[in-house]
Amino acid sequence: MKEYIELYLLWFKLGLFTFGGGYAMLPLIEREVIEKKGWSTQEEILDYYAIGQCTPGIIAVNVATFVGYYRKGILGAICATLGIISPSLVIISLIATLLPQFQDLAIVQHALSGVGIGVCVLMTSSIIKLWKGSIKDKIGICIFVVSLVIAYMIKTSTILVVVLAGICGILVKNVVRSKGDAQC
Amino acid sequence: MLIFQLISEFFITGLFAVGGGLATIPFLSAMTTKYDWFTTETLTTMIAISESTPGAMGVNMATYVGVHMMGLVGGVVTTLSLVAPSIIVICIVAQFLNQFKESKIVQSIFYGLRPAVVALIVVACSSIFMQVFLIGRTFENMQLNILNATVFLFVFVLYKWKKLNPILIIVMTACLGILLQL
Repeated sequence: MKEYIELYLLWFKLGLFTFGGGYAMLPLIEREVIEKKGWSTQEEILDYYAIGQCTPGIIAVNVATFVGYYRKGILGAICATLGIISPSLVIISLIATLLPQFQDLAIVQHALSGVGIGVCVLMTSSIIKLWKGSIKDKIGICIFVVSLVIAYMIKTSTILVVVLAGICGILVKNVVRSKGDAQC
Repeated sequence: MLIFQLISEFFITGLFAVGGGLATIPFLSAMTTKYDWFTTETLTTMIAISESTPGAMGVNMATYVGVHMMGLVGGVVTTLSLVAPSIIVICIVAQFLNQFKESKIVQSIFYGLRPAVVALIVVACSSIFMQVFLIGRTFENMQLNILNATVFLFVFVLYKWKKLNPILIIVMTACLGILLQL
């Protein structure tokens, strides 16, 4: 029982002290999970990250679930996951409840309009980084353009695009390559 | 019923959003067209708050939508629905971690998936960009909001050049918004 609580509390702490999630969490995970608790090694954590990126869901949550699972099985996975989401629940609930009460004030309106620009800055920067990391050849560009067109034409086609792109990846890597196409 | 719609939408988001918090934005953006739960404007505020508060961004956004729709109960429901697929999938993958890591099939799926995810995020963000940078709702009287575009360029260059913290960017643009009466 103590170990489940320990798992919950550790991931609660990690959720509370990192902003943005994902790789922003890595330094703190290194200190807390690897050095202080000795629950995982550096290689294991990097593996969890690599796999957490290509499995569904939020990366930080996936890493927490991995550590929890290897420590104490399914119940451990649940404890770690609940730990990492609890700070969000508390903080966001407060903000989302309070904000509407101030939203009509002129000063808040102006601040939010300004923040919209800030969001665009952060998103542009993230998209550039994602582009560099994800699109490495002509086939990648083709998949990008086709997905862009489908997603733009049909606003609710997100799942369709994800599934088609996955199938496309299998086809390109396994069928085209076996025919001797060098460009992938 | 609303609560079941929230559960199914966020479970599906958790199941299909591959690549972390940013990948959930296309799903949230689709919700603005599919239901009248929130507007693009609210989505922009949600992203800003989720980026500048502790915790993983994707989790924060799910909580935000839940609380926005149904209060605290809604927040708990959407957040748990979002992470439920993670728990299921990771517990399965954890059994054969090494095979998964080296699987050619998994690698080829992600070879196709990564560019598509970028495209989805670009499309989702384009509605935010239009809301921030264009004045006028209809196509004929659309105009570039020059003040906003100037502030954008200024902040973007500063962000890249000085390698500033994202939270600082949110705070800074909030202040600029007040100062310039945006």
